[in-house]
Amino acid sequence: MSEKIIEFENVTYIYETEDEEAPVAGFPALSDVNLTINKGEFVAVLGHNGSGKSTLAKLCNAILEPTKGKVTVKEIVPDTEEKADEVRRIVGMVFQNPDNQIVATIVEDDVAFGPENLGIDPSEIRRRVDDALKCVNMYEFRHREPHKLSGGQKQRVAIAGVIAMQTECIVLDEPTAMLDPKGREEVMNTVKRLNKEMGITVVTVTHFMDEAVQADRVVVMDGGRVVMQGKPKEVFSNVEKLRSYGLDVPQSTELCHVLGIKEGVLNVDECVEEIARAMGGAI
Amino acid sequence: MIRDITIGQYYPGKSVLHNLDPRIKLIATFWLIVVIFLCKSFFSLGLITLTAVAAAALSKVPPKMILKSLKPIVIILVFTAILNIFYTQGGETYFEWWKITITEKGINTAIFTMVRIVTLVVISSLLTYTTTPTMLTDALERILSPLKVFKIKVHTLAMMMTLALRFIPTLIEEIDRIMNAQKARGADLETGSIFQRTKALVPIFIPLMVSSFRRAYELAFAMTCRCYTGGEGRTRMKQMKIAARDIVAIVVCTAVTAGVIVLNIFFDAVI
Repeated sequence: MSEKIIEFENVTYIYETEDEEAPVAGFPALSDVNLTINKGEFVAVLGHNGSGKSTLAKLCNAILEPTKGKVTVKEIVPDTEEKADEVRRIVGMVFQNPDNQIVATIVEDDVAFGPENLGIDPSEIRRRVDDALKCVNMYEFRHREPHKLSGGQKQRVAIAGVIAMQTECIVLDEPTAMLDPKGREEVMNTVKRLNKEMGITVVTVTHFMDEAVQADRVVVMDGGRVVMQGKPKEVFSNVEKLRSYGLDVPQSTELCHVLGIKEGVLNVDECVEEIARAMGGAI
Repeated sequence: MIRDITIGQYYPGKSVLHNLDPRIKLIATFWLIVVIFLCKSFFSLGLITLTAVAAAALSKVPPKMILKSLKPIVIILVFTAILNIFYTQGGETYFEWWKITITEKGINTAIFTMVRIVTLVVISSLLTYTTTPTMLTDALERILSPLKVFKIKVHTLAMMMTLALRFIPTLIEEIDRIMNAQKARGADLETGSIFQRTKALVPIFIPLMVSSFRRAYELAFAMTCRCYTGGEGRTRMKQMKIAARDIVAIVVCTAVTAGVIVLNIFFDAVI
């Protein structure tokens, strides 16, 4: 197989304090998770609220430290602050709320924030910032103020901020949860392009099935455990099993499942084709 | 509409004043303000006022906007003028009635003080009209960086200022949202005595505080993720370079200062 980039080995995570995000304090948010993310992969992590998917994302770049087990990023175990910093140079992160991750009052300054922290030469930063903004199609907005942008645009600026750091892997923690359908599409298209064209490893945490379908691999979480894993087609073939984890399947998949035509249909086109075939006609 | 607010009063433009190095602009502004207070005669004051008018013309900021910045100080102007007219006595008496005496010196001082305040406001508002708040904090950080010797965390202070500026629009939106939410639940924010209205604000400020803390927490996470470890080892994308025009600005300031001092010596002092 290809090179490993992030590896979870028997990871358990328990929120100890009265952390706001902890569903129940003292209850393991993750228990005994084993997961490997390979270089260049596009992985979608699915799960309903409280399944531990956000915790998983935060463990990827050393914001949280596992209670038990270990997380390895390119052979680095982030047990000291220096090593955690090294990990953050490899794995970038985009959060759910675009408003709470934009630091500067001008778009291009915000994108420059990461590279500036890395101590990169000013002319190199300039080049990276311009490239990153072009990459997310926000170059013409570079002198604008972030609060005047739409949610999808802000989220793309946040992504550009990570691209400019030239990390090998981007972890997105529900990047589209607060966006409208149009913003969601913009962000997902950008993320897909990063993965396909630039070869950046992408881990996206989501509860939108339509987004998970676009990934190379889907990881389903429930109650802090990885319960299903595989290609979208395989995972979405198990409609009943997914339902038992409180997840829905994409509408096309569901329709074909209910009609009993074929399992694992992922998009509208495929769905139309299958129905047409079942009815004995051509499109 | 609420999204369209601009922080500060920056007037976008490409004039010489806009292009000056913000550090030089900041220093020159403080410099000229000090010089305003050095003026003793009408001629020296005239020189600095002329400088301010020339700078305003160079900035290409519409005169209307500059006049607008004078609006809030009209009351102060009137007040100081009246005080000066009545309380400064000396020279020829123009008018006398009951206990009121208006003298030459009183009138002169009143005019002098008024012109002085107006010049001061024009000069300082030119700074904010031609410099964005971000540029100002950046410049401040760089000017104050020698204070690191005294263990003052200049970078941290500048970062706090930038973040505060960044979050003003976000928090305004948030207040708007919370107010609407409370109104939807029947909160009455507009009627009643001042006491009642103040009390009605409590259910707005508590959620605001809570959400601000949550935002701060998340922002800290996001900043850590982007390898922020404080000012050390950090580079800046936008470098500030002193250009020829910045040197010209400093020369002009020096010349004006020299002129003011010379005019002070050769002409009678008003105050």
